[in-house]
Amino acid sequence: MSTIYIDNKQYNVKEGKNLLEACLGLGIDLPYFCWHPALGSVGACRQCAVKVFKDENDTRGRLVMSCMENIKDGLHLSVADKTAKAFRSQVIEWLMTNHPHDCPVCDEGGSCHLQDMTVMTGHDYRRFHYKKRTYTNQYLGPLIHHEMNRCIQCYRCVRYYHDYAGGKDLNVFSAHNHVYFGREKDGVLESPFSGNLVEVCPTGVFTDKTLREHYTRKWDLTTAPSVCNHCSVGCNTIAGERYGQLRCITNRFNSEVNGYFLCDRGRFGYEFVNSANRITQPIIRNRAVEAVDEVVVMDHLKQLMNNHTVIGIGSARASVESNAALMQLVGKENFYQGISDSLRFIQKRIVEVMQSGKVQPASLQDIQQADAILVLGEDIWNTAPVMALAVRQGVMKTAAHHVLENRELPGWHDAAVRELVQQEKGFLANCTIAASPLDELSSSTVHLAPDDLARLGFAIAGRLHTSVPVVQLDSNTQNQAAIIAAALQQAKRPVIISGAGCYNEALIRAAFDIAVALNTPEHEVRLAYVMPECNSMGLAMTQSAGFENAVLRTTREENITAIVLENDLYRNVPAHIADLFFNSVQHCIVFDSLNNATTQNADVLVPAATFAEGDGTLVNYEGRAQRFYQVYMPANKNIRESWKWLQKMEEIRTAQTAEQVYHPEDLLVMCERLMPQFAGIAGAVPHHDFRINGQALPRAPHRYSGRTAILANLAVSEPKPKQDNDSPFTFTMEGYSGMPPSPLIPFFWRPGWNSIQAVNKYQQEPGGALRNEQAGTLLFEYKRDGEAVYFKDIPEAFMVRKDKWLLFPQYHVFGSEELSAYSKGVGELSPEPYLAISSRDADQLGLVDGSLVTIKVFEQAYELPVATNMLIPNGVALMPAGLQGMPAMNWNAWVQVMSVKL
Amino acid sequence: MISHLRTMWLVFIHLFKKKETIEYPEEKVQLRPRYRGRIVLTKDPDGGERCVGCYLCAVACPVDCIALQATEDENGRRYPDFFRINFSRCIFCGYCEEACPTYAIQLIPDFEMAEYNRQNLVFEKEDLLIDSQGKYPGYNFYRVAGLDAGVKKTGEGENEEPPVDVHSLLP
Ligand code: SF4
Ligand code: SF4
Ligand code: SF4
Ligand code: SF4
Ligand code: FES
Repeated sequence: MSTIYIDNKQYNVKEGKNLLEACLGLGIDLPYFCWHPALGSVGACRQCAVKVFKDENDTRGRLVMSCMENIKDGLHLSVADKTAKAFRSQVIEWLMTNHPHDCPVCDEGGSCHLQDMTVMTGHDYRRFHYKKRTYTNQYLGPLIHHEMNRCIQCYRCVRYYHDYAGGKDLNVFSAHNHVYFGREKDGVLESPFSGNLVEVCPTGVFTDKTLREHYTRKWDLTTAPSVCNHCSVGCNTIAGERYGQLRCITNRFNSEVNGYFLCDRGRFGYEFVNSANRITQPIIRNRAVEAVDEVVVMDHLKQLMNNHTVIGIGSARASVESNAALMQLVGKENFYQGISDSLRFIQKRIVEVMQSGKVQPASLQDIQQADAILVLGEDIWNTAPVMALAVRQGVMKTAAHHVLENRELPGWHDAAVRELVQQEKGFLANCTIAASPLDELSSSTVHLAPDDLARLGFAIAGRLHTSVPVVQLDSNTQNQAAIIAAALQQAKRPVIISGAGCYNEALIRAAFDIAVALNTPEHEVRLAYVMPECNSMGLAMTQSAGFENAVLRTTREENITAIVLENDLYRNVPAHIADLFFNSVQHCIVFDSLNNATTQNADVLVPAATFAEGDGTLVNYEGRAQRFYQVYMPANKNIRESWKWLQKMEEIRTAQTAEQVYHPEDLLVMCERLMPQFAGIAGAVPHHDFRINGQALPRAPHRYSGRTAILANLAVSEPKPKQDNDSPFTFTMEGYSGMPPSPLIPFFWRPGWNSIQAVNKYQQEPGGALRNEQAGTLLFEYKRDGEAVYFKDIPEAFMVRKDKWLLFPQYHVFGSEELSAYSKGVGELSPEPYLAISSRDADQLGLVDGSLVTIKVFEQAYELPVATNMLIPNGVALMPAGLQGMPAMNWNAWVQVMSVKL
Repeated sequence: MISHLRTMWLVFIHLFKKKETIEYPEEKVQLRPRYRGRIVLTKDPDGGERCVGCYLCAVACPVDCIALQATEDENGRRYPDFFRINFSRCIFCGYCEEACPTYAIQLIPDFEMAEYNRQNLVFEKEDLLIDSQGKYPGYNFYRVAGLDAGVKKTGEGENEEPPVDVHSLLP
């Protein structure tokens, strides 16, 4: 701790920070542009000037940039000093000489850092009478809009996109007062993290193009804390609604999980909620009038349940509540995971390993702090994008850490640190089937078939601990194993990442063996397994049987009514198995939000709420249970959480007469009762009756407009605001206006801070954790003193077969995930189907890029254009996973080459 | 006592003064242009809708009786898709007019808005939009804004230099 004097008042502040951070941390408002807590300082904008004095007798002082000055014990500085104030307001005035008269038509308006800082400095009147500089804009793709006139040359965009996220195609061009931030030429921004530019840029140069389609100012949004639905990372988001439509997703800072950034799938994938493909009405098929109301459908469901065996098919994208409600309804033994047996087997292993408590799960924060990272098998860039961003930070930070050793330089000094680091990198080994953008960051890259990757993993483990048997590898791989093992051995905080993406169970075991071997008192090792979907971990933790078992049962037993919960089975199992299932069950009840192949087969279809219209809990890859809150109550009463419908069915089944109201936490208590492995999940978040000073928390900011006009066209008397009985939130601006506890932050706003930069005010210190942060509940308990155990069963080496390929999925940030693909921009960026094979295999068959090959998967022939790649191992073929309209493939199985068209 | 008599006297002599009350509605009231009555949405000198859908009037309104949705035409010009004022709530404070950066929304001296049915006091854009510039002639926001919305090209606005040539390093 150091003592500093700000305007003659004494403060105790933490060392190692700069003066700007110190001031902001103390709640003293100081304008800034180029500094960002995640990016550090470069001193480019000159906005954060303060006066620093030699000692207490110095009255003249000198102007310095507070973001470039270290805290020193006994330092005297002045924020309120007249010269400093004038300087800051003049800097804004200069910046404004070229700023267009755009606020009314600018999407940043109302959440604009430049507006906030202008007001803060007091500049209000234009004295400059000359012309304004202008720029031509660029087309940057379907997600980001570019309006370059608004730029204030703070360089944050390049520093984020290029330096932080590793993007190559956005840069600064030209010179002097003509500098231009954009691409070399028009084109889609390549980085899947480009959406963060919207929040990083303090002005309206980069704005959200999807929001533009239904533009709403921040002050008019009804928002709630949410959790991203589009992969197993579980990034925290804020979802905003207006006029009954979901309008945008923004980042919700959380130091443990996603920090300041989201990926573009998470940010722009929300539009499936507004899709025309939504199911809006209960439907009973094969009737004169198929669309029915609640009473009729409930009555019908009662009949279908009576005198039938009811089985439930769970879902990896439905909340824990919904899965638990289904399990409660059908009974534990009749509940099946709606995923293929092969995947279930792998996920079971992951849960087993995590539940053993032998190794600690790695949070994204841990990954960012890691000093050596091994990615074994999983293509995290595409299956868990923000995790890949965290890996990048881990690598960069380790390098920075090295160069700063024995140097006086503070870590926030971004430009200087980068200058010292140059090309140096921390240790990352990226061992995957095919090339990934992470390769260029890696010290070791290995591309092998999954079985060989697993063997490599065991070889690494073998070098770390003698309990793991020796693996025969070729000398090249042997070398790699030695290098990786040595690097992990040297690291203090190594992280091992693997996942279910390769459909290979041996990889899971290999990753675990490495982690266990490293788990000595000298190392703080962490382990992460990426899962396929947002609640895959929650589903896997039920430890129920897989879908094939359910199918088997339906073929053997008569009279089965199946309830399928929010799950397109055709994406999870081969079509012939799904068909068999639908043919053999007597009745099939499907709950879902969007029409798909499975809902086509439903006898009864019930509309389910999406994440925006309902409450629920998701368990992310590390076993972190996080709650998402209903953003708005849909006008259509038929749309409600599956767990609510299922509770109703349970009441009918047990013939309860007294109507009981269930809150989400009651479901979680029930879940704990049904499955002790979920212990702790019910206490994860404040209950629905949580109040602060007797007040609920408002979803709308106090400036929310149009209350008395929004519905006036329907009836001039305003209706009573909707009541939320499931959460501590109101749907209006009424309620507690102070700072809510961290899991209940619906929006970031503080007086004078309208932009997302208001996050500063919610943190313990700039860039640090939120005040009283509770980032969900971890369901896996780490047992420090557990005995090390190893898996010793090593798979055979991969053998190439003639005219056959082993088929694996190639994931894509855009296109591989089911729900986000309904968003227009995401759909546009999804790839067309292809078959990727190694260049050598292609040569042998005389194939070139674009030649058509026909392969047979599950008796179905697919003709696909070939994409050749040097880095794909021979004998392996990759197909894009999960594309809309493509049925589930037989991953990790041999496919036959049927015919070849050159 | 004296003051009472004086007051009575003053009231009495008013009998002989000129009448202030008028025979409304036969006789019309004279209102100053700045009188704050019925709200209209005006058009710019080129005949385009002035409102750019910025939501500032809506947020300024103390009774929250304005609701709108911004949308865009194919040139990127913003305009309100719908624009609704609930006059049964409006207090004619004029804040919306003050907040409006484009002179689109204006309060005019017309105050004759009585209705038997309150529902009829809900005005939509069709009811609000007039074919005139109202009190502030001559202003076209899109000519002074930086945005190219089909009104002028980037760099051809009133106060703009031609677009920067990014390839040139000359000062
Ligand atoms: S585009 Fe935005 S972030 Fe980039 S320099 Fe300009 S104002 Fe700063
Ligand atoms: S990384 Fe995953 S959870 Fe995070 S924003 Fe992207 S899709 Fe969503
Ligand atoms: S005059 Fe006042 S009350 Fe009426 S719409 Fe405008 S701001 Fe609202
Ligand atoms: S303030 Fe003016 S330009 Fe903005 S929405 Fe209202 S009427 Fe339209
Ligand atoms: S924030 Fe300090 S110079 Fe930009």
